[in-house]
Amino acid sequence: MTFHDLAYDAGKTDFQRKAEVIGVGREGELLEVAMGPQHPSTHGVFRMDVVLDGETVVKLKPVFGYLHRNHEKIAENTSYLGSMPYTDRLDYFCSLTNNWAYALSVEKLAGLQVPERAEYIRLITAELTRVLNHTCLAGFLLQDMGALGTPLMYAFREREKILDLIESLTGARMMCNYMRFGGCRCDLPAGWLDAAKKVVAEYPRFLDEFETLLSGNEILMARTQGVGKLSAELAINAGITGPMLRASGVDYDLRKVDNYGIYSRYPFRVPLGSHGDVYDRYMIRMLEMRESLKILEPALKDIPEGPVVDPKAKLRGFRPKAGEAYGRIETPKGELGFYLISDGSPNPYRYRVRPPSLINLTILEDMCLGQTVADAIVTLGSVDIVLGEVDR
Amino acid sequence: METLEQIKARAEATVPGAQLSVVKNDSPCAQHSLLVDVEHAYVVAQFLRDDPQLRLDYCSNVTGVDFLDAELSEKVKVKKVVDGVEKEVEEVKKTKRAGYLEVVYHLYSMSLKHGPVILRQRTPGRADPVKVASLTPLWRSAEFQEREVFDLYGVLFDGHPDLRRILMWDGFKDYPMRKDYREPDDYEYEPTPHDEVLEKAKAHLPKQEVKA
Amino acid sequence: MDDGLRNELSKQGVVVVKLEELYNWGRKNSVWPLSFGLACCAIEMMAASMARYDLSRFGAEVFRPSPRQADLMIVAGTVTKKMAPQVVRLYNQMPEPKYVIAMGACAISGGPFKQGYNVLKGIDRYIPVDVHIPGCPPRPEALIHAFMTLQRKIDAQKLTGPDRARHLNAELPSEFPVPLFGEHDLVPTKNPNVWEPAVVVR
Repeated sequence: MTFHDLAYDAGKTDFQRKAEVIGVGREGELLEVAMGPQHPSTHGVFRMDVVLDGETVVKLKPVFGYLHRNHEKIAENTSYLGSMPYTDRLDYFCSLTNNWAYALSVEKLAGLQVPERAEYIRLITAELTRVLNHTCLAGFLLQDMGALGTPLMYAFREREKILDLIESLTGARMMCNYMRFGGCRCDLPAGWLDAAKKVVAEYPRFLDEFETLLSGNEILMARTQGVGKLSAELAINAGITGPMLRASGVDYDLRKVDNYGIYSRYPFRVPLGSHGDVYDRYMIRMLEMRESLKILEPALKDIPEGPVVDPKAKLRGFRPKAGEAYGRIETPKGELGFYLISDGSPNPYRYRVRPPSLINLTILEDMCLGQTVADAIVTLGSVDIVLGEVDR
Repeated sequence: METLEQIKARAEATVPGAQLSVVKNDSPCAQHSLLVDVEHAYVVAQFLRDDPQLRLDYCSNVTGVDFLDAELSEKVKVKKVVDGVEKEVEEVKKTKRAGYLEVVYHLYSMSLKHGPVILRQRTPGRADPVKVASLTPLWRSAEFQEREVFDLYGVLFDGHPDLRRILMWDGFKDYPMRKDYREPDDYEYEPTPHDEVLEKAKAHLPKQEVKA
Repeated sequence: MDDGLRNELSKQGVVVVKLEELYNWGRKNSVWPLSFGLACCAIEMMAASMARYDLSRFGAEVFRPSPRQADLMIVAGTVTKKMAPQVVRLYNQMPEPKYVIAMGACAISGGPFKQGYNVLKGIDRYIPVDVHIPGCPPRPEALIHAFMTLQRKIDAQKLTGPDRARHLNAELPSEFPVPLFGEHDLVPTKNPNVWEPAVVVR
């Protein structure tokens, strides 16, 4: 077989790496496997070109673009508000946090203020989304490890409860299109807060159940501990964000660093890992869900009455002054940023999404080298990618 | 954090010959940026990363921007003698600006938790070859994003270890995010009343006989 | 045999069916879909097979990862031009009889992403589609409705005669040409044997 001359490995040639792993003279025994784009464990249409020596991964190249649906180009041809529904479809598990990131960027660009009640609704929906995403991820991760069906069933059972809340608030299960520049689209429906309180109060019971079954499970520990290790230095240099970064022990949570929204009013801890392996990434997400519930509980009580949208914010004929802004928030996957350049026209001149899933994949090869192919799949599962955001 | 002017002054002192200028941003968030010439971009970026006061160890976002050739009109007040009286008259002054491609880097510091410092590189023109310095050897996070800028804008990154198309297929010839890109004509009928789309769809309409 | 006599016989415990009915009854109640998710709609497809919506009530919970074992392809999500050849190839690899559900606006026509340069404006440009479900994304109930529509369609298929089902008619193709990557677009941009642009009368 032939090696592509494509590799990147901090100063080492492909040949050197190959020789290190398998020894000179055995290159002909390597096997090249294209995993994906249609593969049950790649979370969508993601493709990895893997070179295997027996079961060991010698080289791994991610291939993107199978879901490149030109979000940025379309957004440059529509109005600012017209792009809001498209942000839902970036990371289709967390449309509400995507909405928030975009609304925040446009608010920075145009200098809009958000009323108090809307800030509360944003915080509540964002944290619900975080819980929803991490629950589903745990199910998918277990599925990648071979626990077919059951954990995912449990996760989707809980997901439906949160989706019911989101649906009664926004009218859609997944594609919410809820936030507006300077607030939110509509107020909470009657009885929503009580329903949300009930879901939040019952959620720890599910987490306890899930963790009793899994967190101390010997098979899970054997499959995840010491697998896919990532050092803190490499994680920072490669721009890893979100739970993956914190699992490597770097204390960087935009909710604390940027203090956007009203997060400073609620004390919560940022869980940190120490090994940077798949088990830490799993546990960080479990702990983050509990912290999110700690934020949600008082926030649902404190929410004040008032308007949900800035009366000065224009819906029609919205034309920010020429300039640019970069806004970012901590979504469940990591730092989601929107970089907007305005030239004073109704459409953004440049509209750029900073996708956390794509950038978290930068070091996928470094994490997988020298492991078996089954561990590579678990490592990919722990990165938590959604292809809508990776390829946009 | 220091102001951008201070950073610029220190960078100019550390990197001799670097041509830096501050690009003003008029929006309320006032995120001004630092324009650096392509030859010294790598060294300046290295200074920003390693300087103990800045320590911008985290390159968050890499963006390509396309600016077409444009005619800028500026209102200038000119003193003129009108009917024997000297008056201040506004005149529109037109200047031609050659198009260029720009690559924007948003830098933050994870260890000191400050930022952003925005770094820009500009190419002299839009025609080939459009080269800027790759910052991937400094920040791995730029690897895929610079590949994306290459794929969609056609900017070549000098020093990038693996510069291939990332989103489109390898045989693809165009740079689709450029402002003058024309997408393939595969519309047939679009029910939304966008004028441009209807114009495109006309090519596919069957020719109708003109009724008398 | 008329319906009256058949009713009488079934009262006596004798069930009389035509071979065609028995064959179709068996097929329609054990449709095996290909576990093939493209985008957002795939999540709703999974939700449909999970606890609350429980697709197994319709005999269709056996999602197979291999096209060789599947007989229903749910095109769930945006088909990009980079992905379209793979979709057609997967369809070609499925054994007959095979069916296609185009789930969501993107798979039908490109949907909200229709104006994208890399988005295929509907999967029916390359392969024949049996059931279209609109929505962005369609709810799991909508997918269940599509399943029931497909079951009715299978139930009505003929085994013999000139209008017999496609998989029994050797003259009709079961594989379709895979498009190639061109310099600006896919080559060809559509399969004229499957799809022609809609004629708009104004």
